[in-house]
Formats: sequence, C-alpha cells, structure tokens
Amino acid sequence: MALGLLASLGAQAMAILAMLGRVTLFTFSSFSHMVRPPYYPREIGHALLQVGWLSLPVVGLTAIFTGGALALQIYSGGARFNAEAVVPQIVAIGMVRELGPVLVGLMIAARVTSSIAAEIATMKVTEQIDALTTLSTNPMKYLVAPRVLAALITVPLQVGVGDINGILGGVTVAVQNLGFKATTYMQNTVNFLELRDIVSSLVKGAAFGVIAAVMGCYYGMQSGRGAMGVGRATKGSVQAAAALILAANFVLTGLFFSV
Amino acid sequence: MIALSDVQKSFGDNHVLRGVNLEIASGTSMVIIGGSGTGKSVILKSILGLLPIDSGMIKLDGQDVARAPRDAFLARFGMLFQGGALFDSLPVWQNVAFRLLRGSLKRPKDEAREIAVEKLRRVGLTPEQADKYPAELSGGMQKRVGLARAIAAEPEIIFFDEPTTGLDPIMSGVINELIREIVVEMGVTAMTITHDMTSVRAIADNVAMLHAGKIRWTGPVEKMDDSGDPYLTQFISGSADGPIEAVR
Repeated sequence: MALGLLASLGAQAMAILAMLGRVTLFTFSSFSHMVRPPYYPREIGHALLQVGWLSLPVVGLTAIFTGGALALQIYSGGARFNAEAVVPQIVAIGMVRELGPVLVGLMIAARVTSSIAAEIATMKVTEQIDALTTLSTNPMKYLVAPRVLAALITVPLQVGVGDINGILGGVTVAVQNLGFKATTYMQNTVNFLELRDIVSSLVKGAAFGVIAAVMGCYYGMQSGRGAMGVGRATKGSVQAAAALILAANFVLTGLFFSV
Repeated sequence: MIALSDVQKSFGDNHVLRGVNLEIASGTSMVIIGGSGTGKSVILKSILGLLPIDSGMIKLDGQDVARAPRDAFLARFGMLFQGGALFDSLPVWQNVAFRLLRGSLKRPKDEAREIAVEKLRRVGLTPEQADKYPAELSGGMQKRVGLARAIAAEPEIIFFDEPTTGLDPIMSGVINELIREIVVEMGVTAMTITHDMTSVRAIADNVAMLHAGKIRWTGPVEKMDDSGDPYLTQFISGSADGPIEAVR
C-alpha cells in the first residue's frame, strides 16, 4: 500500500520533471530560432499587434481599477493607526513592484496564452503545422519565435502602462474621494519610487511575457486530437502560465528585494 | 526512386507499421490502399520526416532521408493534405504561393501571385477566388487550392493524402482527373493514399495494399482485380465477408 503510494508519487514527480525539461528545451529552442535567420517580419508584426497593442485596453482598465481599489483599501486600513497619508507611497510601491507586473502577467496569460494555445492547437489538429513543415518552413521559427519575441518586447511596455494607470487610478480616487491634493500625491509618488522598483517591474514584465507566450506555444504544439485536444491545450496553457508567473514573481521579488 | 525497407513505427503499444517494404519508381503513380487506421498516412509522414520511424530505412534516390539536408529534401516535395490544411489567416493566393514568398524559393510578390493565379487556374479556380480566405470556399474548392499549393513550386514528388475524402462523387471525379492530369503533365512521382477504389483506378500506375502493418500486395493497377489475394479481393469488393475482420 505504502509502496504503491510512493511509486505513484515518484511517477508523478518524474512526469513533472520530464515536462519541465521539455518546456526548458522548448524555451531555449524558441530563443535560438529568434536570433537565427530566416526571420518572418510579417509574423512578428502580427504578433506585436496581437500580444501588445490589442492587449492594452484590458491591461489598462485592470490597472486603473486596481490602483483605485488599492488607494481605498490603504486609506481605510491606514486610518486604523493614523497612517492615511501613506496612500501615495503604498499605492506606488504596490502597483510598481507587485500588482502591476503580476496583474498584467495574469491578464496576458488569460488573453494571450489562451489565444496562442488555441490557435496553434487548431493548426496542429488540422495538419497546418505539418503543412508548414512540408513547405520548408520551421514551425518553431514561423509560429513560436515571433510570438515569444513579441511578448518579450511588449509585455514590459504593458507593465509600464499598467504601473502608470494604476498610479493614476490611485490618484483619481485619492483626489476625488479621500481629500488628497493631486500635486502633492504625485510628488510623493515620484519621490518615493526608486529606479530599482521600476527596473524590477519591467524585468518581471519581460519574464512573465516569455512565460505566457512559451506556455501558449508549448501547449498548442503538444495538443491532442480533436476539439477536446484543443480545449485541453488551452486550459493547460493558462493554468501553467498563471502558476509559473506567480512562482517567477516570488523568485524575482526575492532576487530584487531580499535584504 | 523512393524505397522503404523494413520500416517499423509504433505509437505506444500500437505497432502500426511492422516492417513495410515498398519501392516507388520515379515518374510513376503509386496508390496505397488499406482500411482506416492501418497506417497509410503514417507511411507518408514518415517519408517526409514528420514522424520519426522506429527502425528500418527510407531512401530517396539512394540517399537515406534521415540524413538528407532538410530544406533541399523538402523542396522536392509537394503534399495535398486530407483536410486541405490551408492557413486560415492567409488569402488563397498566399496559401498557394506560400513557398514562393519565403525561404530559398522566394520570388518577388507580384511574380509569386502570378504563379499562384496560374496554378489556381490549372485546378479550375478563377483569379477572383485568389483573394478570398479559405473559410469562404467550399470543401471541393479547398481541395483544389491544396492541390494548387502542392504543385506551385513544381516539385518532383507529390503526396496526396485521401484526396477525395468528404467530397461528393462528381467532385471526387474532378479531383481524381486533375491529379492524374497533373501527374502525367508534370512527370512527377506521385504517392496517394486512399480507400476510394474509384480514385485508385483513376490515379494509379501501381497499387500497394497495406494490411496489419505490412504491404500485403503490390503490383500494377490493371492486375489488381486478378491478384488472387483474398485480402485485396475483399477490399476491392467492399465485402464484409473475408479474411479482413469487419467490426460491426
């Protein structure tokens, strides 16, 4: 009984490790194809539009509302020990160091990872991936590398937009509802933030972008047959991307801010 | 010449190919027949390197395909996929000219379009259809586009995977006729997999029957009906009674 349980645990651990190995190799392969010709500018442009530009509305809105809610929470929480004045600083640090990158990462996982996985999985199921290969086009170069590159470039920019929008959401609520002065609020925000905060935010954005795109591409390429295969690939990609983004956030926060 | 010797391929416990030996002479049209799930598509995909074989050897003009330079090797092939496998995001002409718009065979865009329109005309489609998207075309038209794409770069070898599946008898006849015309006209080596006996008679110079992971019978199409092989005879007649088990 105990031996069976151990064997089952061991088999699961081996399966997870094997998958991690495959994902790592897949990530290296996608980077390697990114830097070696031939390049597909049209595909890169399309990916930049899909991953970057078209994600901006949802990312921007999420950040504005989160910044506003954060200001309200900090004000009411801070009031318990007469610390209402720290709203600008905490909103800034909370948005830039944590909520901006994590929320943008998760929104990208929901919007982009799922879309990439579903698209590539459908291509696989309908033999379009095989067709690409027979047409002398490497799917890693044509499908994966442009999407990963686009995420690497645009997600940090979206995190930047998310950070700014979050702070703007905070200042709007603080001025409208909590009696703060806009100039003082912004001055406190700017004075409080350090370069390290901003760099960490953008680095997290790049890492989360790569995770989101790689997971979408990996699960899409590994998809099983039929509609169920596409569904499983899509669901699995979003779950894996979200979990890895949160894990990477913990690791990166430790690297940047552990004393 | 394409030569397969003792090719084996398994998916888990499922031994799909159990030692396939087959030769396809250059400039001839070979049709592989066999029941569903017998591994016909696996043979095509193994030759193209889309599926790695477990053991055995596949040679093209005497060279082991596993060691051939990939791009140059694939440039010799065209393939019509069962479902068309057209790229939804590209208009029809860009699907046809895909190979001519990128890679070693790249041409200027106008020239590539001109070739695509010409190939579309060859398969009976009008230039107006060139700017449509695959989803706007009927199944038969999509097959024709797939056929135009397969011949666009004038390959030496063309593979046809179930070219008439899902088409009505008249459209199947049209596609069969087109395939035969193109194969003769271009002088290519063709390999078709199908279980449509009308296609076999219209397309084949030679026929090979795949059963239980091995080539059961091979020979010229005109000798197919008098083969004396009970498996082939049953397959041709479509009878449920015979050595091939029919799941009812």
